[in-house]
Amino acid sequence: MDNAISISGLHKSFGRTKALDGLDLSVATGEVHGFLGPNGSGKSTTVRVLLGLLRADKGTVNLLGGDPWHDAASLHRRLAYVPGDVSLWPNLSGGEVIDLLGRLRGGLDTKRRQELIERFDLDPKKKGRTYSKGNRQKVAIVAALASNVELLIMDEPTAGLDPLMEATFQYAISEEREKGRTVLLSSHILAEVEALCDRVSIIRNGRTVETGTLADLRHLTRTTISAELAGHPNGLSRLEHVHDLKIEGNHVRFDVETSALDEALRQLSSIGVRSLTSQPPTLEELFLRHYTDTSDSKAASAS
Amino acid sequence: MTTSTLDRAVSPTPGVGTKGNLLAGTGQLVRLALRRDRIVLPLWVLVIGVMAAAGAGAYETLYPTQAERAALTATMGSNPSLTLLYGPAFDLSTAGGFTAWRYGTLLPLFLALACIFTVTRHTRQEEDTGRQELLSSTVVGRYAPLTAAVITAGIGALATGLLMVVTLAGAGLPAAGSVAFGLGTALVGLVFVGVATIAVQLGEYSRTANGIASAVLGATFLFRAVGDSATDISWLSWLSPIGWGTQVRAYADERWWVLVLLAGAALLLGTIGYRLLPRRDVGLSLIPARPGPAEASPGLNSVLALSWRLHRGALIGWLIGFAVMGALYGSLTAGIGDLLGDSAQAEQMIQRMGGSESIERAFIAATAGITAMIASLYAVQATLRMRAEEVGIRVEPLLATRVSRLGWAASHLTFVLLGTALIQTTAGLFMGLLHGLRVNDVGEQLPSVLGASVAQLPAIWVVAGAAVVIFGFLPKAATTAWAVAALFLLISMFGPAVGASQAVLNVSPFQHVPKLPSADFTATPLVWLTVVALALLGAGLARFRTRDIG
Ligand SMILES: Nc1ncnc2c1ncn2[C@@H]1O[C@H](COP(=O)(O)OP(=O)(O)O)[C@@H](O)[C@H]1O
Ligand SMILES: [Mg+2]
Repeated sequence: MDNAISISGLHKSFGRTKALDGLDLSVATGEVHGFLGPNGSGKSTTVRVLLGLLRADKGTVNLLGGDPWHDAASLHRRLAYVPGDVSLWPNLSGGEVIDLLGRLRGGLDTKRRQELIERFDLDPKKKGRTYSKGNRQKVAIVAALASNVELLIMDEPTAGLDPLMEATFQYAISEEREKGRTVLLSSHILAEVEALCDRVSIIRNGRTVETGTLADLRHLTRTTISAELAGHPNGLSRLEHVHDLKIEGNHVRFDVETSALDEALRQLSSIGVRSLTSQPPTLEELFLRHYTDTSDSKAASAS
Repeated sequence: MTTSTLDRAVSPTPGVGTKGNLLAGTGQLVRLALRRDRIVLPLWVLVIGVMAAAGAGAYETLYPTQAERAALTATMGSNPSLTLLYGPAFDLSTAGGFTAWRYGTLLPLFLALACIFTVTRHTRQEEDTGRQELLSSTVVGRYAPLTAAVITAGIGALATGLLMVVTLAGAGLPAAGSVAFGLGTALVGLVFVGVATIAVQLGEYSRTANGIASAVLGATFLFRAVGDSATDISWLSWLSPIGWGTQVRAYADERWWVLVLLAGAALLLGTIGYRLLPRRDVGLSLIPARPGPAEASPGLNSVLALSWRLHRGALIGWLIGFAVMGALYGSLTAGIGDLLGDSAQAEQMIQRMGGSESIERAFIAATAGITAMIASLYAVQATLRMRAEEVGIRVEPLLATRVSRLGWAASHLTFVLLGTALIQTTAGLFMGLLHGLRVNDVGEQLPSVLGASVAQLPAIWVVAGAAVVIFGFLPKAATTAWAVAALFLLISMFGPAVGASQAVLNVSPFQHVPKLPSADFTATPLVWLTVVALALLGAGLARFRTRDIG
């Protein structure tokens, strides 16, 4: 299967700020790809390079088989974009904006438009600022979803939506997936990505730190083990992938990476296990680790 | 009794709704506003404040003899086309009376504009940007932002008036008249502060609020103009605060009670604005935004159609303004000999600007240039609309469709280039028509005046080109396009009068336009101006095509 998007070694600086620092990203045709990262990690910058709004300093970018900088206008017929911050024209109604954007993309499915407006409970007659943030977001979402395009690029599209609309959005995206559309969904909400995405890329400080299926990523997470042993626990601290080890008498508690789980359990059973509980790995923990590492590394470099 | 009165004064929730709290934070907001306006506000105070005194100084040089001065009231003062612009003349035989007449309508007009923009800038515009919401969530009373804006504009108006009094008296004019003139002007400013407090409750955006208040200002100026020039409906002038300003009769046996009328109007209007304020929500307006259509009309299918929606309001406003301006100048042309009285110097000045021996033709050439310079301001405003769209993040969704960058820019530049052509032609048309009607020779005058106006277009487009270059190369400093237009304007308006060198004069594109209808038509400079305009447009667009958006 070929890729709808492939980016490698992408660099982009704004003056002294390095927004992207060798970012890699590949999105296969037909998949819903989660693009995760803390605020300021470079998600929007990547999306704007993909749309040909920003010129990359270095690196290669391929979008739908073309170069987003040189072939911008022709590639844009085949994609729809939902910005993270939607600003509407004060004297145009939401319905007019939906139609205008649809027509500028080269066509709109009017039946789907009507259906989406109802589902998202959007009043298309309001104008500009009389929409709340969430409703402005809905205007952009409806305009994108009602367009006949191959690729949807969405930059934190659900930032202003309430939980009910968030569910509506997730349902709509799953429909898009059924239709075989490719979706790049930037987000910093884990639950959304977990619910929707086939594969995920996590970026931090303008660089990709993890990429893979959710199962792959779960593999990277740690399991928390708490056990009562027959004798004094020893040898555990020598194991490489064990973290936060706490020993109280015969009781032991530690986190272990999935790759070393086998070895750790073998060590425990060699001592003798009386009781054992394990907490399954969560993606949340993985994300938090990547998110907080940012401040950790900063603190470390500062000291 | 006493208790119940007290109870009513204090609101049920302690600490909320009492008078002090409604104004909480006003002081801080005033300081913030003055800080934000620390360059603009002193600038308009200074320019408006000293202009009258500067003009008063010229009186002696322009009309050195007693005989010349005595004739002024009879000639200029009774010319209806002049009273249309300057108001009624009460006594032109003194420097004070002449100054009060010459500046008595225009300076209050400029001050009123400055006051309107200051009030909207610190109220509506803050709400537009959402900054107000941030401020309102802190300890800022409900009336504090409006009060701070009123105080800021009020400080500006009063400082302008004071500066006028000081400079006029300093120029040797009678103290009483100077006070009457300065105070009268300041009070007109305050009346329009009052108008603006209402307009910002009515309009939903700062653009709309500015539009409403400016339209009121334009209408009052028009009432006064018509009332002053047509004696049988002179009561119309009394409907206009600007008219009251002239009726103070500074330096001509002052009528002090008229000042009370102005102060009363300012208070009344301000009270209405304050009463309206609690009836609306932050960010919204009293006139509820009418709902739009649920679906776009079939015509709304291109960026050009979108640009039309974005530009049409301003364009129509400018068009009306240029029609009125052209009509005014046109009706003024035949009486221009009287305007200058017997002053040989003034005649020479106009002739130097207009480049002709015939004073009327020179006047036509000069006014075609003046309308062109004002039209170049529209060119800048319309060009900078592109930057406003970019900063307002409304461009990105468009450029993420099949719309190309050049296609998008072209949709706006269409209105810049054709819009300037339209307004400039309209001014020429109305000027030629009214002048032609007045001298009973439309067939001859209309084409000649129209030609003079149209010949200015390449120069206007050079200014547009400069604005596009700035938009392309220095998007973050896009507003400097205003400075460039202002520079050209100042060079061409005042350069000849102050004897600037040819090298300096040549900087302004308007300097190169043949001064029709007095001078002969030569195509070469127009071709060159067009080439320069195209080169600037091309360079700016080429840069825009390859720069980052945002
Ligand atoms: N136009 C710009 N000028 C300067 N710095 C920018 C600009 N756009 C983004 N940045 C910086 O680049 C970094 C990445 O920003 P962004 O891509 O918006 O992050 P995200 O979308 O992941 O929150 C941030 O440090 C941000 O401040
Ligand atoms: Mg972002």
